[in-house]
Amino acid sequence: MDALKLDLSHYRELLKQYINTQDESALYEAEQISKRSIQHNISLEEIINTHINALEDIYPELPENIQHSMSFLLEVMISYGLALQEFQDLRETQLEIKSEISVAARMQNTLLSTVKPDVEGFDIGVVSVPANQMNGDYHHFIHHEDGTVGITVADVIGKGIPAALCMSMIKYAMESFPSEHKNPSEILESLNRVVERNVDPSMFITMFYALFNPAASTISYSSAGHEPGFYYHAADDTFEEIRAKGVVLGVTDMAQYRQYEREIHAGDMIILLTDGVTECRQGDRFIESEEVLEVIKSFSHLSAQELVENVYKHFEKLQDFHLRDDFTLIIIKKDV
Amino acid sequence: MDFRTCVNIQKEWDIVGARQFGRDFSKKLGFGIVDQARIATAISELARNIYLYAGSGKICFDEVENVGSRGICIVAIDTGPGIKDISQVMEDGFSTSGGLGAGLPGVKRLMDEFDITSKTGEGTEIRVVKWVR
Repeated sequence: MDALKLDLSHYRELLKQYINTQDESALYEAEQISKRSIQHNISLEEIINTHINALEDIYPELPENIQHSMSFLLEVMISYGLALQEFQDLRETQLEIKSEISVAARMQNTLLSTVKPDVEGFDIGVVSVPANQMNGDYHHFIHHEDGTVGITVADVIGKGIPAALCMSMIKYAMESFPSEHKNPSEILESLNRVVERNVDPSMFITMFYALFNPAASTISYSSAGHEPGFYYHAADDTFEEIRAKGVVLGVTDMAQYRQYEREIHAGDMIILLTDGVTECRQGDRFIESEEVLEVIKSFSHLSAQELVENVYKHFEKLQDFHLRDDFTLIIIKKDV
Repeated sequence: MDFRTCVNIQKEWDIVGARQFGRDFSKKLGFGIVDQARIATAISELARNIYLYAGSGKICFDEVENVGSRGICIVAIDTGPGIKDISQVMEDGFSTSGGLGAGLPGVKRLMDEFDITSKTGEGTEIRVVKWVR
């Protein structure tokens, strides 16, 4: 049961030294023994037993009542020793689970990988960081042959593994849609049926789907209850919320989605995000979406990629480097 | 199996009797004081399980031998409701979180061998062995 025995003679000498001198160096050595014992899984009761034996060696005439008291202490410590062992076993189990999750997270990264489009006249930046190992946010770019780009931003209510599993399903559902199927409203309607049929009713998915046409400089979009994005008007240096009405995916099989369209002007920006961005917290306080926009504005002279990364770093720091929710931010800037 | 001695468990006080017998028996077999304390704790857990969940049962003791080594074999037998999901009760933290003590995983840790059979509605038999080192 015990991986290693405590060295009785060493313990005895140390104890003797301490009893005679009350020397701090003996106590320092005792600390080392304690750490080594933990490392080598030496049980608590074994240490007490070593102590009793050492004491009896040093004082052969140890009074019987002291001896009994030591046996009593040993008995009291048995359950503590057990609890410690259980703790160590649970810690091992936890490490195993962690490493399994990190494998799953790597798989997820491969499964959900997407290529940021390189579009003439536009500059696109993307950042998506999970709060834990697995990401419950999802973003994807679909490159159509006619030069248009489908852009998806989605968020599963909840995070972690269940959310991540759900996202993999969404991705494959979308890939199964025929390629001529690119209208945002149609895509959300098809996807809504998939989610309604296949996903646990306690899970909700919000999604913003946009069809970006760089040649015409337009973007058409629909939203399934997703956190609204923002449009930056360079002309008067103002932000406007991109409002789009639509029910969360999976609530009803008959959901219909309205489709909107807008033109993108030179210097303007489209900002798409998940609630991990707008619901950042500083202590107990939720930040206001104006603050997000202020921060975006302060970095807007940078390239789109540097811009989103700097915004992320700002909020990561604000939250003491501990994200509470998955964070996804996409910015599309039209060149001036 | 023909056991040398059994201690009936019906009231909480019987747990003490079973511990006492087990401690004396293990001392006689040559166990050191740490192992005596571990064996007594394992007996407590087994006896308390009987007392709390089965109502009544017994703890039996025997000496076992295996290629030169001696050991103690303890069998806890009850005719209680049985355990539906053994994997669950053998899981760390399942019973301990309820404040019931070390639980069966604890007994397994304290001893060298552990075996459990249980039938719903008929009862449970737990056999544990510890060898003198």
